[in-house]
Amino acid sequence: MGVKGVKVKLDELETAIGRFKGLEISIGRVVEEIPEEPIGPTPFPSIADLRDWDLKLLRRYRPFYMPFCDLCCLCTFGKCDLTQGKRGACGLDMAAQQSRIVLLACCIGAATHIGHARHLVEHLIEKYGRETPINIGEDAVEIDMPVTTLVTGVKPKTLGDLEMVLDYCEEQLTHLLSCCHTGMEGNNLDFESKVFHAGMIDQIGMEIADAAQISAYGFPRADPEAPFTEIGWGVVDTSKPVILVIGHNVPPAVEIVNYLIDHQLYGQVEVAGICCTAHDITRYNAGAKIIGPISWQLRFVRSGIPDVIVVDEQCIRTNLITEAMKIGAPFIAASEKCCHGLPDRTHDDPDAIVEDLVSGKAPGALILDPDKVGEVAVRVAMEIAPKRRKSGILPSREEVVEWAKRCRRCLECRRACPNDLPIPEALEKAAKGDLSALEALYEDCIGCVRCESACPQGIPIHSLIASAARERMASERFKIRVGRGAVQDVEIRRVGGPIVLGEIPGVVALVGCANYPRGGIEVAEIAEEFARRNYIVVATGCAAMSMAMVKDEEGQTIYEKYPGVFDAGGVLNIGSCVSNPHIAGAAIKIARIFAKRNLRANYEEIADYILNRVGAVGVAWGAMSQKAASIASGFWRLGVPVIVGPHGMKYRRMLLGRREREEDWYVYDARTGDRVYVGPAPEHLFYAAETKEEAMVMIAKLVMRPSDTTKGRAIKLTHWIDLHKRFYGRLPDDLHLYVRRKADIPITMRDEIMKFLEEKGWQERPIPDPTLLKRLIRG
Amino acid sequence: MRGESWQTAEIPGPKKAHVITDPRIVASLIKRSSRPILVVGGEADEAVVNYAIELSKAVGMPIAATPSTLKAFAERGFKDAHPFSAVEIGERLRDPDWEGLDGSGQYDLALFMGFKYYVSWLILSGLKHFAKRGEGYLTTVSLDPYYQPHASWSLPNLTRERWEENIKGLLHHLGR
Repeated sequence: MGVKGVKVKLDELETAIGRFKGLEISIGRVVEEIPEEPIGPTPFPSIADLRDWDLKLLRRYRPFYMPFCDLCCLCTFGKCDLTQGKRGACGLDMAAQQSRIVLLACCIGAATHIGHARHLVEHLIEKYGRETPINIGEDAVEIDMPVTTLVTGVKPKTLGDLEMVLDYCEEQLTHLLSCCHTGMEGNNLDFESKVFHAGMIDQIGMEIADAAQISAYGFPRADPEAPFTEIGWGVVDTSKPVILVIGHNVPPAVEIVNYLIDHQLYGQVEVAGICCTAHDITRYNAGAKIIGPISWQLRFVRSGIPDVIVVDEQCIRTNLITEAMKIGAPFIAASEKCCHGLPDRTHDDPDAIVEDLVSGKAPGALILDPDKVGEVAVRVAMEIAPKRRKSGILPSREEVVEWAKRCRRCLECRRACPNDLPIPEALEKAAKGDLSALEALYEDCIGCVRCESACPQGIPIHSLIASAARERMASERFKIRVGRGAVQDVEIRRVGGPIVLGEIPGVVALVGCANYPRGGIEVAEIAEEFARRNYIVVATGCAAMSMAMVKDEEGQTIYEKYPGVFDAGGVLNIGSCVSNPHIAGAAIKIARIFAKRNLRANYEEIADYILNRVGAVGVAWGAMSQKAASIASGFWRLGVPVIVGPHGMKYRRMLLGRREREEDWYVYDARTGDRVYVGPAPEHLFYAAETKEEAMVMIAKLVMRPSDTTKGRAIKLTHWIDLHKRFYGRLPDDLHLYVRRKADIPITMRDEIMKFLEEKGWQERPIPDPTLLKRLIRG
Repeated sequence: MRGESWQTAEIPGPKKAHVITDPRIVASLIKRSSRPILVVGGEADEAVVNYAIELSKAVGMPIAATPSTLKAFAERGFKDAHPFSAVEIGERLRDPDWEGLDGSGQYDLALFMGFKYYVSWLILSGLKHFAKRGEGYLTTVSLDPYYQPHASWSLPNLTRERWEENIKGLLHHLGR
C-alpha cells in the first residue's frame, strides 16, 4: 500500500487517454496498486458521463411504457391526470413520469444494497480491522472486484479501501434521487439513462457487500466444490430449539453461530434461514439450513416450529412480529432500518432481555449489536423451546373443513390473489371434506396472504392451504450447494474463448425473487433445460433456492446432478442477492482475460464488448422488488439482456428491439470502419415472457451475438430452433435474420433451413468485428 | 353500467373502459373498422383459440398470437396467426408508423383475448396512453371474461357460461 490520504481533485482534465470530469482520486492509496494498466476514460463517472452509451442502447432498445397508474401524486399540485398526452402541473408527461418511477424504484433498490454494504463494511472493519485484505478467491482470482475496477478505475485491497468507493456510490445515488424531484429531469430517455446509472452503482454496492463478507467471514472463495447444505421445510430437527433468521444482512446470524460454537452448544440448536440471510449463513457455516425463498415466511412461522425469530433487513414480511406473537416466539429485530416498533434494548444487560423475552413480558426486542443478538437469540431459544408447544396456528384437518364452510363465495380472495388462484373453488371442495384442491394451491401460492386480508369472513386462507399441504411440506428435503461466490480466472481462461466464439451456447443467470406465476418449479425446469444443453447456468437469491427444491426420478436435485464449475453444463449457486456482481464480473473478466481489454474506468468499451460478444442472459422469473429492478438495470447498461416473468411487466416498461427495423441493427466493423448489418442480436434488453416456454425460447434467442463464429452460431441456432419447434411447432419466422453465412446453418437442419431461406430471399452477409463505438475502429 | 376491475386493487385512472353490455356493440366496432386485428395471449385455452379463429374468419381479421399458442392454431389448419409475444405486439400497436402484419400499415381496432388479467391490463394501459392514431388513439376491446379498465371497451366480469354466450352472440352478429 502506498501513501495514504493524498488526494487529487480535478474538475476537468483532457488527456491522451480520455476526458476526466469531477475526478477525485486518492493517489498512492489505491490507484498505484495497479500501475500495469492505464486508467480509462471514465473514472468515477458522474450521472451524465456514460449518457452517450446509454442513448446508443436506448435508440435500439426503445422503452415501451405500460403505466401502472394514470396519475402522479408526488407533490401538492397533484393528483395530476397524465392520461393520453396530458401533462402534470409541473409539465411532466406520462413517458417521463413512468421512467421517473422506474428511476425511483432503482434508487430504492440501489440504496438498499449500498446501505447494506455500508453497514456491513463498518461492522466488519470494527470487528476485523481496516487492513483486512480483500480476498474473494485466493490465488484463483486476480481481479477481486471487476465491477468496481471497471467503473471507478480503482482496485480496493482492504476493507478500509471500500469506504471511498462507498462514498462515491452514495454521492451518485443522492444525485440520482434528486433527479426525481419535481421540476428536475423532464425527458424520458434521460431518466432511462439515469436508471442505467443507478443499476451500475447498485452493482458496485452489491460487489462491496459480498467482497467484504467473503473476505472477513471466510465464505467459499470462488469454490466450484462449495459444500452442500440442506434446504426445505423438512430439514429442521424440531426436537431441538430452532432459531429462524430472515433477511439479507448476515452479521446477526453469524454471531448466533459463533455464540453456539464458542459455548460448545453447536449442534444443540437449529439455525435455519429464509431469503438471502439463509444463503449467507450457510456460506459461513454449512451446518445451518435453508427453509426456502421469501414466500416461505408465513407458512413456516405459522407452523410454530421457530422458537425465536431474528430479522435483519430487506424482504422481511413487515407484520411478522404479529405472526411471531401468535405462535409465542420472541421476535428480535437486528437492524435500525427495520425497528418494528420495538424498544431499543441494545445497551441492556442480556440477562434482562432474555428474562423479558422468555417470560413473555416483552414480545420482542430491537438489538443493534450483532454479538448481543447472538447471545440473546441462543439463550432465549434454549430456555423457551421446552416451554413452547410447536404446534403453531395451522388448523387441523377438521378445523380446515369448518373454516371452509364459512366461505360465502364472494370471490374477494380470488380477486385479491396476484395469481388469480381458484381459492373459492378449493374452499367449496374443502367444505365437503376434500382438501385436495386446497393442497394443489400450495405450489402456486406466493405467500402474500392478500387473500386473508380480503376475506370478509376472516378465514385464514393461507393457513388452510399450508395445513392441507402439511405432509408435502414436511417432506421437503433437498440438497443445495452453498453460494460459491466469484468465478475463478482459470475458469474464465477455459471458457472465455468458447463463450465469445459461441461454442458454449450461452450463460443463463437465474436470479431474483419468488413472485412466480406458477410456482418455483418453473425456475428448476428452465435451469434443467439449459444445463442439459450445455449452457452455463448460474443462480443467486431465491431463484437459486427454488432450483434446488425439485428432485428427479432418482431423488437428486439439480445441484447434485450437475457440477458447480463455470463451464458448459455447470450449475452454480453463486450466492445471495449481493453476489449478483460475480455474474457481471464473469462477463467483464472475459473481456479482460480472454480479450486483454483494459478494465480500469473503461466502462463503455467493456459494455460494448459484452453486448456484441458475450452471450449472457439474465432471467428473473419471479422478480418482485425494487432491488430486482436495480439489479436488472445494472445488467442492461453492461449489455446483458434480462427476461422477467409476467409479473415483471409491473415494472411498467420494457426495453424492446424491433427485429424488422433493419437500420437499428448496424454496427461498425472495427477492422475496416464499415457499417455492417448484423441482425437483431440480442433482440431485446428487457423483456417479459408470459410463459416459461416463451422464456426458454427467448433465452436461446437472446444469447446470440454479432461476433459468434459460424460454428458457434450454428450451435446457438440448433438450440433456438429446437426449442422453437418443440414449443411452437414450427421454424422461427425471423430465422433468416440470424443466419449470416451458409456455414451458420446447423448441418442436421440444412435442407429445411435452406428452403426457408430461399423463400425469404436470404443472402449471405459478412461477419464483422462488431462495435458500436466509432473510436474503436482500427482500420 | 359500471365496470369493476377483476383484481380489486387494479384501480384505473379517470379514463375507464366502456362496458360492453351487448355483443352488438363489438360487432359494430369491428364492422366500422377499416383495419382490425385480434391479439391472442398465452392463457388461451382450446375454446378461446376456436373462437379466435371464428372471429378472424368472420371478418378476415388477422391474428397476432403469443408464440406459445401458435401450435394450437396450426393444429386447426389456421394460417393467419402471426407470432408476437404480448409485449412485442403491444410495442408495435403503440407505434403509429408500424407497417402491420401485411405491410399495409397500422390498425385502428385491436381486440384482445386469452390473456392473464394483469398482462392485458398493462398492455392495454400502454396502448391507452401511447397508441396515437391521428388526433385520437387506437380503439381497444377486451374480450376476456374480466373487466379491463384500460381498454376502450371491455366485457364486464362474467362467468364462463355468460362469457361464451357473449362471444357466440358476437359471432352471430358477424354472420357466423
